[in-house]
Amino acid sequence: MLIDIIEIVVSVLLIVLAFLAINSKMLIKSVIFLSSLSMLSVISFIIMQAPDVAVTEAVIGSGLVTSLFVFTLLAVRKVEEKI
Amino acid sequence: MKNFLSLVLVLALGGMIILSLQNNQYFTAYGEVDITKRVSESYIDRDVNGGTQAVEFGVANNLESGPANIVTAIVADYRSFDTLGEVTVLFVSSLGVALLLASGKQKRLDLHFHPNFMLRVGSRALFGIILMTGIFVIVHGHLTPGGGFPGGTMIASSILLLYLADDNFRTKVKSFKTLESIAGSLYVIIGLVGLFAFDYFLVNFLDNGILGELFSAGIVPIVYALIGLKVGSEISGIIDNFLTEEVA
Repeated sequence: MLIDIIEIVVSVLLIVLAFLAINSKMLIKSVIFLSSLSMLSVISFIIMQAPDVAVTEAVIGSGLVTSLFVFTLLAVRKVEEKI
Repeated sequence: MKNFLSLVLVLALGGMIILSLQNNQYFTAYGEVDITKRVSESYIDRDVNGGTQAVEFGVANNLESGPANIVTAIVADYRSFDTLGEVTVLFVSSLGVALLLASGKQKRLDLHFHPNFMLRVGSRALFGIILMTGIFVIVHGHLTPGGGFPGGTMIASSILLLYLADDNFRTKVKSFKTLESIAGSLYVIIGLVGLFAFDYFLVNFLDNGILGELFSAGIVPIVYALIGLKVGSEISGIIDNFLTEEVA
């Protein structure tokens, strides 16, 4: 019963976060929404009994890719300031 | 119009996610599936040579493929040659990043961002925990979920944390390159030993041991540790390329 409620909440949040990530005006907000989307998809992978995919998604999707995006955005902003 | 299209796309994909999470005909809830109707059951209990020994965790020995984790058995034993190709793809992509970003004299990217005391101390404390988790995931790759690829990425994220904690930090990139080439060459050498001394390329030539023990599954843990080292050093190299700039 509880797991059904968690499933519905996770899937609705996934849709909302995906829409916000596409539509937000600031790139940094988009990156943060994408990161939280990966974190929630980890929960959905665990519900679907795929722990291998969940571990990989947690490390790459919400950890490494987010930090690389943030650092790239910081570097791009620095170059824009120079020009 | 763009908003409308993205809403439609998101709703379509989200509907698929919701359907796949529901307890329906194709995605049954855990424990309720009739496993005798699935293909996986017969593949667990039968090997390709026709033997039908029952596979039991902690008891069964001399199996065709030793890992307790079925995903690892496929990735690092049955289809090890595919994994060698995957590692090569990652190597080529890191080479491309290095060609684009790492030319000429390098220095650390100077961001308008200086870590405060909490971030410095917290990152140093978390560094060891994340590194140890990565090594644990790699070493237990044939027993638990995870393995070389996620574990190597965890090691790379611990290195990234060190970059975050200290705005003058730079790793010794040269040693990463050496580690990566040694790990990649050893993987190929293990395969060639199988080709020349035994039957075929990347054959599991060591004893499989008892299913579920740490020292079991023959060459699978060795190969996975090498993959973990290679992936970790490659992604650390990519992170270093992203966080450096040319000296003007």
